[in-house]
Amino acid sequence: MEYFLQQLINGITLGSIYGLIAIGYTMVYGIIGMINFAHGEIFMIGSFIALTVFLALAAIGVTFLPLVLLLMVIVAMVCTAAWGWTIERVAYRPLRGSFRLAPLITAIGMSIFLQNFVQITQGARVKPLPPQIQGGLILMNNPNGIVVQISWMQIIIIAMTIVLMAGFSLLISKTSLGRQQRACEQDRKMASLLGVNVDRTISLTFVIGASLAAVAGMMYLLYYGVIDFYIGFIAGVKAFTAAVLGGIGSLPGAMLGGLAIGLIETFWSGYFSVEYKDVAAFSILAIVLIFMPSGLLGRPEVEKV
Amino acid sequence: MAETNFPTATAYPEGAERLSEEQREAMRGEPPFAEAPPTDSRLVRALKEAGITAGLIAVLTVFFFAFKTDIAAGGLALTADPIQWIVWIAIAFVGRFVLSYLVFANDKPTVGGWKKITAATAGWPVGKVIGAILLLVALTLPFLLSTFLPSQNRYLLDLSILILTYVMLGWGLNIVVGLAGLLDLGYVAFYAVGAYSFALLATNFDLGFWVCLPMAGLFAALWGVMLGFPVLRLRGDYLAIVTLAFGEIIRVVLLNWANFTGGPNGILGIPKPTLFGLEFNRGAGSFSDFFGIPYSPIQRFIFLYYIILALALLTNFVTMRMRKLPVGRAWEALREDEIACRSLGINTVNVKLTAFATGAMFGGFAGSFFATRQGFISPESFTFIESAIILAIVVLGGLGSQLGVVIASVVMIGGIELLRNLTGLQAIFGAGFDPTEYRMLIFGLAMVLIMVWKPRGLVSTRSPSAIYKAKKKIGADLVAQGEGH
Amino acid sequence: MLKQNRNWTDNPILSVEHLTMRFGGLVAIDDLSFDVGRGDITALIGPNGAGKTTVFNCVTGFYKPTEGRIALRRDQHATDEALHELTRSGRQYSETDKGSIFLLERMTDFRITEVAGVARTFQNIRLFGGMTVLENLLVAQHNKLMRASGLTIGGLLGLPGYRRAADAAKDTAIEWLRRVDLLDRADDPAADLPYGAQRRLEIVRALCTDPVLLCLDEPAAGLNPRESTELNTLLKYIRDEHGVSVLLIEHDMGVVMEISDHIIVLDYGKKISDGTAAAVRSDPKVIAAYLGVDDEEVDDVERDLNVKTGHDATAGGSL
Repeated sequence: MEYFLQQLINGITLGSIYGLIAIGYTMVYGIIGMINFAHGEIFMIGSFIALTVFLALAAIGVTFLPLVLLLMVIVAMVCTAAWGWTIERVAYRPLRGSFRLAPLITAIGMSIFLQNFVQITQGARVKPLPPQIQGGLILMNNPNGIVVQISWMQIIIIAMTIVLMAGFSLLISKTSLGRQQRACEQDRKMASLLGVNVDRTISLTFVIGASLAAVAGMMYLLYYGVIDFYIGFIAGVKAFTAAVLGGIGSLPGAMLGGLAIGLIETFWSGYFSVEYKDVAAFSILAIVLIFMPSGLLGRPEVEKV
Repeated sequence: MAETNFPTATAYPEGAERLSEEQREAMRGEPPFAEAPPTDSRLVRALKEAGITAGLIAVLTVFFFAFKTDIAAGGLALTADPIQWIVWIAIAFVGRFVLSYLVFANDKPTVGGWKKITAATAGWPVGKVIGAILLLVALTLPFLLSTFLPSQNRYLLDLSILILTYVMLGWGLNIVVGLAGLLDLGYVAFYAVGAYSFALLATNFDLGFWVCLPMAGLFAALWGVMLGFPVLRLRGDYLAIVTLAFGEIIRVVLLNWANFTGGPNGILGIPKPTLFGLEFNRGAGSFSDFFGIPYSPIQRFIFLYYIILALALLTNFVTMRMRKLPVGRAWEALREDEIACRSLGINTVNVKLTAFATGAMFGGFAGSFFATRQGFISPESFTFIESAIILAIVVLGGLGSQLGVVIASVVMIGGIELLRNLTGLQAIFGAGFDPTEYRMLIFGLAMVLIMVWKPRGLVSTRSPSAIYKAKKKIGADLVAQGEGH
Repeated sequence: MLKQNRNWTDNPILSVEHLTMRFGGLVAIDDLSFDVGRGDITALIGPNGAGKTTVFNCVTGFYKPTEGRIALRRDQHATDEALHELTRSGRQYSETDKGSIFLLERMTDFRITEVAGVARTFQNIRLFGGMTVLENLLVAQHNKLMRASGLTIGGLLGLPGYRRAADAAKDTAIEWLRRVDLLDRADDPAADLPYGAQRRLEIVRALCTDPVLLCLDEPAAGLNPRESTELNTLLKYIRDEHGVSVLLIEHDMGVVMEISDHIIVLDYGKKISDGTAAAVRSDPKVIAAYLGVDDEEVDDVERDLNVKTGHDATAGGSL
């Protein structure tokens, strides 16, 4: 039971990170119908920027942790958003309205490019970062010595995810940007005729998705304490799996899918074997899709004849 | 077929889905809200644009060029290198300025010019001529190499073998993606199944290459059917992600099922192919001994080269033949419109399965060849990046085009491999410059650029599979791209 | 030329009985029953949203009906007893010397075309746009060719049996193209054809599957008057020379009234009238439905028009 609770907490933490990345996938998919394969790399870039900012601040003597974290988040979000914007502008916009596989290939190309760019500029070796936030709340402490605890870091991750999700949902449901975004999702041409600046809306979608991924990247850095140029791929695939599992195009679905993937992975590693955790996650994805072809919360696809 | 959230591709009234220029423009969202034309002079505008680009580059690269993290004694150390950063910003500024001032000045996208050129050459029978020349070169390549480039012979032959392997994989995947329109992101799984079934059969049962090859192909096809059966009901991107997932599952299983697959260490000592029992090594009973010619290690490479050439040509032959058979025509019909297929009494599940299985079989053949060529395989060779490269070759070449796959393989694999040799660049960038490091960087960049330049791939016309009177090429804008539209 | 006998009761090819189709809470078709006569051109008409296309989708297997039986009698010897027996047996179809019967509601879409011999076209034309006109017609002969090619293996080896079948298929295709005046476009991609030609191509593509019943969803939509006339000629030719029964949805009353042997009128998923063109034309319920009169006023309309109640006119169609 204690073990279960501990795994649950760990799973939710991991799921939050996946969920934040998955939102980027699902938003881009919703609006232009493409798999943004480079999104995992955006996440990786976000975590590298966060790391560099952290070291730079340490070098100039800023060590007050809340300030450091705040600056890390802001700089990482802004710079990563710039990356997201640029990628859309360079690799996807020229292909808009072209056939579906073209942007997928440029996305894969971008992903390869970014991975190697970071590898060349920052080196191929892993970057360890000693844990910055230690300790936590002990939730249960039974006499056998089994402790269930939720670390401060986990609390921060979960709380931050909730805050970002809430803000993001408000943005999509209440603001005019959100309305434009949803309109473009429904019918881009019509939206443009009704005065929505489609280009700007799509760019903003990438910017929002990238900044959320940057936050995820920073949390990943602080939580696991080690990053390298390759983390984007596997996290990206998992997050995309999460987006599909939740029903691609659906924002709550992305979060739910992220949590589901995080929990599956953690429980599988906890109870069965760490080696096969990816197999478990992917198998469950396949099974869910076979029985619910549009994911958990996706709109069922009506076959129109 | 209609996806409500992606109406741009389904809203066309009738028949094929066309993307006319106006629609494309309309989708960019500008017409009703075009900004007022800038009043600045050309120079000022170019300067402004250059400034924006330079600023963007500055933001993007500040944490990658100006700062570098390194592992030092007490953890991580940060080194600053602002010079490099500033140099890159300057390059961006000048580059953008030159482009804006000289190239983009007439406000027309440069892509337009390319369209005119390709439109003008559309009617020429270029494909056939290039195909014939390529075939001739491929058939005589070992002799050409040993005659003209004896010093580089072995290296270039090895590279040709590599390229041909990708050509074969590309042709195999072309059946699935190009003809049947099913997006498969896990093609490498079948490559792996072929390689591992070959390696395991050959090392455990002492079977020779020619016995194991068809078995490995059949195994891969069987896997294709087994994986395909549950997932082929899925559409478009769902299919893509599930195939990607299967590719990863197979790799992870190969990695962790150590006592069967050797785990991360892989399988060693995979036998080399023989020519009717003649081995390619020194000593009695070998190829050179039998024919009474002096032994040379190049003989084995030439032999391997012809094996992969034969396998690739077989793939091509079977594919071209199948296109003209009902099953192949059904693949293409499926890509065009699945519902119409069903209304004509076509069992679309079976059609998809045959495409999947045929593609998988050729992937399996290629895998066995890979295993025998390397003599060693490990899960590392079967990562997602391989699937991505094969898919890129198919799409860059032009979906459904056999010639396109060849050109794309030569350009991408050969071109990137040749970068290794550009050590002359060290004179420019300093001794620390290692061109191989930039291989994949350039590979990724080339994928983006070629795709932006020619979104439909290098060879984008479709030639009909049955002719009444005259063969007419079909323009790419009329051909549907399959699932997910 | 209209046949005056009630062919659809005497010799039905398709019997739809108590068909109901619900989508969630929406009842698209409500307990609908009608018969389609063998060798007839039967029109299914009704205002927009009446459920006509849904009926089509049920008949051709694209939708699974919520309730009801859709029986296709491929030849006239099939007795009602045999139909009852088949229904009880739980099988999809029976092919005996007493006649073959197919229960379409139990079959999947492609089997309906392949085995039962029902072909269809679509309201929004669904051609294989990137394939040539000729290829479109060859795809339609897939099952025949597939058998001839020995499931591809014979075809790969280039066996003469397959080559003969392929030539025959091409000849069939060319024959149909000549009939609909598309032969000179045979090598053009289907998407390049003008609208009317695409409609004709879709019809002959469906015919290439050798159907006994052809279902056409608004074949005259978007055609100019000349093309409509040509369509009429084509449909009559199909019926008279090839013995194919035709079931069509159409809004163009000119086409419907001229060529239909039998008309069924739907409104809100229910049948409101059923009979010959003349009978349906004078049915006040039909007039009311088309003019958009409220249900309560139907009686008034009938009185105003001074006609008998519609039931006499439609009696022949009900079971």
